[in-house]
Amino acid sequence: MNTDIAVVGFAQAPQVHRTSGTTNGVEMLVPVFQELFATTGLSRREIGFWCSGSSDYLAGRAFSFVSAVDAIGAFPPIIESHVESDGAWALYEAWVKIRTGEVDTALVYGFGKSSAGELRRVLALQLDPYAVAPLWPDSVSIAALQARVGLDRGLWSEKEMAEVAARSRADGAANPHAQLGGAVDVAALLEEPYLADPLRAHDCAPVTDGAAAVVLAAGDRARELCERPAWISGIEHRVDSPVLGARDLGRSTSAAAAAAAAGIDGVTVAELHAPFTSQELLLRRELGLSDAVRINPSGGPLCGNPMFATGLTRIGEAAARVMDGTAERVLAHATVGPALQQNLVCVMEGRS
Amino acid sequence: MAPLSAPLEVGFDYTRSLGPVLGRFMTGLRDRRIEGVRGSDGRVHVPPVEYDPATAQPLSEFVAVADEGTVESWSWMPAPLEGQPLAHPFAWALVRLDGADTAMLHAVDAGSPDRMRTGMQVRVRWTPEPVGSIRDIACFEPLEGPAPPRPDPSGGEPVTMVTTPVHLHYEHSASEEESRYLRGLAEGRLLGQRCPECGKVYIPPRGACPTDGVPTSEEVELPDRGIVTTFCIVNVPFLGQRIQPPYVAAYVLLDGADIAFLHLVLGCAADEVRMGMRVEAVWKPREEWGTTVANIDHFRPTGEPDAPFESFAEHL
Repeated sequence: MNTDIAVVGFAQAPQVHRTSGTTNGVEMLVPVFQELFATTGLSRREIGFWCSGSSDYLAGRAFSFVSAVDAIGAFPPIIESHVESDGAWALYEAWVKIRTGEVDTALVYGFGKSSAGELRRVLALQLDPYAVAPLWPDSVSIAALQARVGLDRGLWSEKEMAEVAARSRADGAANPHAQLGGAVDVAALLEEPYLADPLRAHDCAPVTDGAAAVVLAAGDRARELCERPAWISGIEHRVDSPVLGARDLGRSTSAAAAAAAAGIDGVTVAELHAPFTSQELLLRRELGLSDAVRINPSGGPLCGNPMFATGLTRIGEAAARVMDGTAERVLAHATVGPALQQNLVCVMEGRS
Repeated sequence: MAPLSAPLEVGFDYTRSLGPVLGRFMTGLRDRRIEGVRGSDGRVHVPPVEYDPATAQPLSEFVAVADEGTVESWSWMPAPLEGQPLAHPFAWALVRLDGADTAMLHAVDAGSPDRMRTGMQVRVRWTPEPVGSIRDIACFEPLEGPAPPRPDPSGGEPVTMVTTPVHLHYEHSASEEESRYLRGLAEGRLLGQRCPECGKVYIPPRGACPTDGVPTSEEVELPDRGIVTTFCIVNVPFLGQRIQPPYVAAYVLLDGADIAFLHLVLGCAADEVRMGMRVEAVWKPREEWGTTVANIDHFRPTGEPDAPFESFAEHL
């Protein structure tokens, strides 16, 4: 069994509002894979396992992920799998696959053309199909219900939410892949109209097309491929009830449980998959991150939210801080489902 | 030239069976009555859950709750989206009905966000013609003034199914390679592309060669004739079918191509079609052509000798 597994490579497509490409992601993925092969020195034939995350509802057609397999060159046959979820969960599956000892490398990718449909409505189809989805509640409105719970309870303020947006935009300016970035004034943000009271546009991640890919490797193979691998010291995912009115939306007990199980003590950088400003504030509290922890130096999902790749991007961005030597121990968080229903935490570290 | 794109409408009625718990809930709604289910910890879940969140045991103790309750959280929808409960601005709210311990998501018709607050009291506004769906609750409304006259229960057989219409709208884009192929068809040309690594010719061309993972690049014009590699005889009628069964859907490998594509083979009895049979395209009149493979109405046998199996064994 392989026990030491690390991220040894990360690449992503530009996060843009709209691409002219297909919903199967091939155009975005081919250059991403080429970049990864160049940086790791791996060839396609050396990848032991391939795993992807995407959504047919985002693409508007069945089995859209099958076309994406063209981008990896699937003949002669390869070992491949897919999750109908964010690529972070595909990474978890790949991590398990490597743990079994069956393979010692894996390439994980996630992609989404969010602009092809009406994202706020498409995401209604992930809700309870009997008592909730027939009402077509949109993803922004559901996040707004969660934001209100925290405001009512005094857990955060609209000003603190705007400060999260401003910090993210400032960081996004330094990220060449980010869709949004630049200096914004908190007071001016608070003058903007509500998109879904109490959320304003700056509280919500932009609609984004994009893709990301991560290479995992075990033990000596990781050390061969990368000068400073980002070793995964803990990875866990947990789920809360899908019944929105049955859980405390001011909490994310599954995120807290995943973090506790993964062991997050000592992290100095956290990439959080929070598509709404209030969710970042909630996650900070739930994970117990001190002010000393640097949150989303990439700009985070508020500067670019390629659906089904955003969580995987968090793992890649956090790992990149270890691989480039700017951090010793980092945390990446990913979420899927309404109002932070499912949460994954991955902790990575450098080792001498 | 920009890739071709077009609206893609996805629509279907999602029909689901309900089971004993949700069936009873929906039957209750049809009869203008709201029932929850009691969990092992005594909490009453509304909408009901089929299995206890604490013990995972099936639940079956139903509890009638009021159609008035308290807003636990709300957000304002200034521009309602297609399919939502109200077409004018409204609030989404989590409403805990009196007698329930969990909240249900629904709309509140409050007119203005100024009338909304956490903790406010609301009551159900029933739809005039309930069918056994969460939408039998048209919305909630602020609890002000006397309650309107309660409509009579409609009654009837227990509700066992729920149908949810789904309508989604997309802008579908073809890849650059597919767009060249589709534009070629509008000129009556069959354009494939060659993989720069393995040399295989694909029609339609592909965003990436499935063997090598690189986009196809070099354009190759192919003739409108080839062979049947494999086929099936369609005997089953289905919705939207344009031809009377039986008929033949076949993989046609054009001369010079390395991948077959699906089309119709007509012009002979279905049971005369065979692997290796040579066929040629029958084009529709030029004035009917568009950027579609439907410009070719079908393929028909040429009468030439069959291709030997070895010549296409690699392409099956």
